[in-house]
Amino acid sequence: MKKIIVLTLATLSTVLLHAQSAEARGLEIAKAAEQADLGFGSSIVELKMVLKNKNGQTSERSLMTKTLELTEDGDKSLIVFNSPKDVKGTSTLTFTHKIGSDDQWLFLPSIKRVKRISSNNKSGPFVGSEFAYEDLSSQEVEKYTYKFLEEKGDLLIVEQDPVDPKSGYTRRVITYNKNKGYRIEKAEFYDRKNALLKTLTYSDYKLYKNKFWRAGTFHMVNHQSNKETLLHFNNYNFDANLTEDDFTQVALQRAGK
Amino acid sequence: MNALKKAKSFANKFATNWAKFVIKRKWPVLLVTLALAMGLASKGNMEFDGDYHVFFSKSNPELEAFDALQEKFTKDDNVILVLTPSNKNIFTKENLTAIEELTAEAWNTPYSSRVDAITNFQYTRAEGDDLYVDDLSYESTLKSEEEIAKIKEVALKEPLLVDRIINREGSVTAINITVKLPGLDVNEIPQEVTPFVRNMISDFKEKHPDFEIHSSGLIPMNTAFFEASMKDMMLTMIMLVIVIITTLILTRNFYSMLATLVVVMFSIISAVGFVGIMGIKLTPPSAVFPTMILTLAVADSIHILVTMLQKMRKDGLNKVDALVESMRLNFMPVFITSLTTIIGFLTMNFGDVPPFWDLGNITAFGMMMAFLFSTTTLPALMAILPVKATAKQQEREKKKTGWYTSMGNFVVKQPVRLAIVSIVVISGLTYLANKNVFNDEFINYFDKTVEFRNNTDYISENLTGIYNVEYAIGSGESGGINNPEYLKNLNAFEDWLKAQPEVIHVSAFSEVARRVNRSMHGDDEAYYRVPDNREEAAQYLLLYELSLPFGLDLNNQINVDKSETRVTATIDNISSAEMIAFSKRGEKWLRDNTPEPMHAIGVSPTLMFSKLGFRQADSMFNGNIVALILISLVLMIALRSFKLGLLSIIPNVTPVLVGFGIWFLYKGQINTGMVIVFGMTLGIIVDDTVHFMSKFLRARRELGYDAKQAVIYAFETVGKALVTTTIVLIAGFAVLSTSSFALNSYMARITVIIIIAALIIDFILLPSLLILTAKKEKPVVIEEPQPQVVLNK
Repeated sequence: MKKIIVLTLATLSTVLLHAQSAEARGLEIAKAAEQADLGFGSSIVELKMVLKNKNGQTSERSLMTKTLELTEDGDKSLIVFNSPKDVKGTSTLTFTHKIGSDDQWLFLPSIKRVKRISSNNKSGPFVGSEFAYEDLSSQEVEKYTYKFLEEKGDLLIVEQDPVDPKSGYTRRVITYNKNKGYRIEKAEFYDRKNALLKTLTYSDYKLYKNKFWRAGTFHMVNHQSNKETLLHFNNYNFDANLTEDDFTQVALQRAGK
Repeated sequence: MNALKKAKSFANKFATNWAKFVIKRKWPVLLVTLALAMGLASKGNMEFDGDYHVFFSKSNPELEAFDALQEKFTKDDNVILVLTPSNKNIFTKENLTAIEELTAEAWNTPYSSRVDAITNFQYTRAEGDDLYVDDLSYESTLKSEEEIAKIKEVALKEPLLVDRIINREGSVTAINITVKLPGLDVNEIPQEVTPFVRNMISDFKEKHPDFEIHSSGLIPMNTAFFEASMKDMMLTMIMLVIVIITTLILTRNFYSMLATLVVVMFSIISAVGFVGIMGIKLTPPSAVFPTMILTLAVADSIHILVTMLQKMRKDGLNKVDALVESMRLNFMPVFITSLTTIIGFLTMNFGDVPPFWDLGNITAFGMMMAFLFSTTTLPALMAILPVKATAKQQEREKKKTGWYTSMGNFVVKQPVRLAIVSIVVISGLTYLANKNVFNDEFINYFDKTVEFRNNTDYISENLTGIYNVEYAIGSGESGGINNPEYLKNLNAFEDWLKAQPEVIHVSAFSEVARRVNRSMHGDDEAYYRVPDNREEAAQYLLLYELSLPFGLDLNNQINVDKSETRVTATIDNISSAEMIAFSKRGEKWLRDNTPEPMHAIGVSPTLMFSKLGFRQADSMFNGNIVALILISLVLMIALRSFKLGLLSIIPNVTPVLVGFGIWFLYKGQINTGMVIVFGMTLGIIVDDTVHFMSKFLRARRELGYDAKQAVIYAFETVGKALVTTTIVLIAGFAVLSTSSFALNSYMARITVIIIIAALIIDFILLPSLLILTAKKEKPVVIEEPQPQVVLNK
């Protein structure tokens, strides 16, 4: 009798597992990825952005990003521009929210003022690059619905549909590496007419603190305009122990000086 | 003389042997030529290319400049949808909702990269230190009356919208869809973009019947080019019917008509094979090749058939003898006229407009094949088919040369007077011919039967312009577009452009800079000016760019390096010459008023077309000279007379001058398509001269007639043939002149005029000149008969 119950339960659970499969498994993977990255606390990193057009003409910007991990709501981040010269010191402060639009402030050193940008637009290009703001902002699980697509060895491929109707995408297809802390290897972005728009490849991964995988290079290629953008990350620092005080408007002004 | 005689008799022998061979082996000849035609046809592949780029050669400097501009910013092909609600007010909840819906749907257009509409205009406003950037009308269904009133107020004051996306009255609005074509396949537009847009429009009309909707832009223009090509190709059918009727009338023999039909069809399918083998993509100018080949090839067959039937009916020869005799008499004339026509068409390669290279090459190949089939398939078929001459027809042939004889007598009586009158008329018309001006307004390439033309006219009458001129204005340094000096100059250029009478709308980065500056100062109108500090400008721009949504960024206006911006002036419908003058004025203003890095040249598809006619004319000039020299040489050899070869230049060149002179009285404006007619018609009309002169010479050399008698002889023998081939040619080009596409219809119309002028000149001026120039010569010695001329019948 016991055997039968166990067997039934086992069968049932596999059936259920398969029944909920696509959507639930996608969500499960996204949560696993979030879980794997949980507990980094805060980080500081310098990055160089290289914009390339079709003819190979390039243009560079350099920035510094601070991130504070929050669990009850989305992460907070602060970006400071170091170059080009005429925007040096310009900084943005962003509070991502799991639900609803993010809050964003900008400090402009030229007029020494903080401006709040009230916009639902996160889909536009970030400083002329092929990255949209939504590609770079904190990836909260709640911002997408999920569908597991396939498994290729260690790689799990999941489709993610943005919840925000103002997103520039109908869907993204993310490739996670299950054995490397669910780090993302590749992301494909499909535009509103569901045509492949961009591919982002992550490379030069490094493991920090034995837990947190961080890519050294992001390579975004726009298939429609043939433009591309490279992000080079340098000197990840997970030991700064940043607090909420480092992510206020006052801190924003300070950061820009 | 002896050598000539030998050559002559060799040619005669060759033609006779050829004819005998073909007749003897009629079945194999027929099968081999059938196999050849079918073999070529099996390689046939007709693809159409509607991209306007096809009109420009790779080395075209205007195209290079325009492509360079598009590389720096974005390559914009567009569809503009213009919406007119029946209540003449865009600003109602229902109408805004409908527009918002259509805008959302427009994002699904294949290859679209951007959609601009009144509803998704990024309205920027400030409240204290908060900057709001949002769609002007988002979720319009939820808007209150006051909100809609506010939207209207904002929209009708917005320089970026008025005269571009909305008219001043707020009764007509546009949705502009920017499409970024990968350009990998010619079917991207006709099979993907256009069907989608057409469906979208018809769905929208069904759902919102109180909207009128018109579409234009570069994509619909491509479609119109594409459809014009297909339509013009259909003209072939009409021409085919005309060929059947004409051949029936001229030969009064069913089998002759059938054989002619086989020859022209073989020629056309061979040319189709050539198109496939060469990988030529058909365009409106080149898509008329079947009609061209039909028109020109039918003459070969008619010459051979008419002589053959004449020999049977008039001289009572049996079929085979008549056929051999006709081949003997016509082989060389058909060869020479084919040769001159091929030379004429090949000179199109001298031009700068690729579709005409294709037209020239395809037609030249078709004519070569037509010559081959006329001298093989045609006699073989006639040998096979049961052709008989009836007694009644024999009777009829005998009377009627009367009209041509009196025409000859008329000329012979007053050569001096006729020559003077002709020369006066020709000089007058030549003077007028020079007063034609080029106008390649590409919208006007399509006549009013084309939907694209009507839609475009509607848009230019009710909303905005279709033509534009663009300048890529550099700053000379990375990030230099934020330099206040640059911004001030740019702003001044924007103001200058706006002050020009032909300008409807100007889009410039200085406007963005002003708008953002105002927003950064709490929407204070006093700050609606460019920032005066570089850091400020750069940081405002960064802020503004961060707040823009997908697809509505500034990448179409600013290059990656932020060192250049794009200025677009939308222009009224003005002529090519005015367009060129306008862009030059802009260039000059920049040179006079701004530092060197800002000096830019005006570019745009409009300008490319404006300059196309001039460029084509310049490059065709050499081609025309070459054609004239080559064809005159052919004539000298064919007629064996240097003097007459030189003299022939007059009746060969003057019809073109007369044609353009009459054209000035008719339209006064010429387009790119007409530049090629000199070389082309030269190859065609030269036939008249050749036939007339050869008969004249034959009479002088062989029959010992004096010049006057020889002229009458020429009229009697060749007058009718010239009239009938002219009629066939006129019919062919008249069919082409019904094309809805002006490059083709104008070309065909002037060709009709030229061909008629050529016949008149050959009947009046040429014989007069022949008589006048012969006067000083003593009559040719009769005792020593000259070798028979090559070109006789």
